[in-house]
Amino acid sequence: MKVREICSVLNGELICGDQKNDNEVSHAFASDLMSDVLTVNCDSLLLITGLANLQTIRTAEMSDINCILFVRNKFVTAEMRDLAEELGITLIKCSSTMFRASGELYRAGIKPLY
Amino acid sequence: MAMSFEYKVSGGDFTHAGYASSQVKKMLKQLGVDNTVIKRVVVCLYEAEVNIVAHAYSGIINVSLDTDTISMRLADKGPGIADIKQAMQKGFSTASPEVREMGFGAGMGLPNISANADRFVITSEPGTGTTLEISINLNSIAL
Repeated sequence: MKVREICSVLNGELICGDQKNDNEVSHAFASDLMSDVLTVNCDSLLLITGLANLQTIRTAEMSDINCILFVRNKFVTAEMRDLAEELGITLIKCSSTMFRASGELYRAGIKPLY
Repeated sequence: MAMSFEYKVSGGDFTHAGYASSQVKKMLKQLGVDNTVIKRVVVCLYEAEVNIVAHAYSGIINVSLDTDTISMRLADKGPGIADIKQAMQKGFSTASPEVREMGFGAGMGLPNISANADRFVITSEPGTGTTLEISINLNSIAL
């Protein structure tokens, strides 16, 4: 699924990255626990999280995650956005809960890791 | 090829936590190291770097690289670990609520380092500090 389709499914807002909205995401992992995110191994992974701080971006960097979806309209700081842009990580936010966002994306074809 | 780098880490500074790991990742990419190996290296280093920020007063990271191996030594000044065996158990953590709010402190860091490292030695002196020595073979097969 392309980033633009994720935004469409969730009525989400693209915060930065992927200006062509053309990158593909096949799997998603939903967690607020960054140590848990660091245990997963998958290419083209979407991180769905309600944790909005610089370490969310750093964790994505270390895990080779290129796209993060922030749920519940979490505030993304300028520092987070700058770091994500520097690292080429796409940031999206939506108003849905993590449960609803995960469910809608699953129904739309995004696969779970396990 | 033989290189070494040193990074300083400040306890409690979550704004800069991960900077050393990020720099090492960029360097390994430039050297053309396999992506699977890079990920194992940076997961180990990032978990250990965050541990210094979360638990210690300060720390020094030394990274050395030769043609076969990357070796990382993280030595901190801090409270130390009284029972290393207990600290290595999944789910055990002494992290503060502030650290947990940052998405860490669930007792997964040290086991995750152990799972990704080819060699991992942890020594600690309570009241003084903790040292982690982590090595990964650069040509190793993915776990």
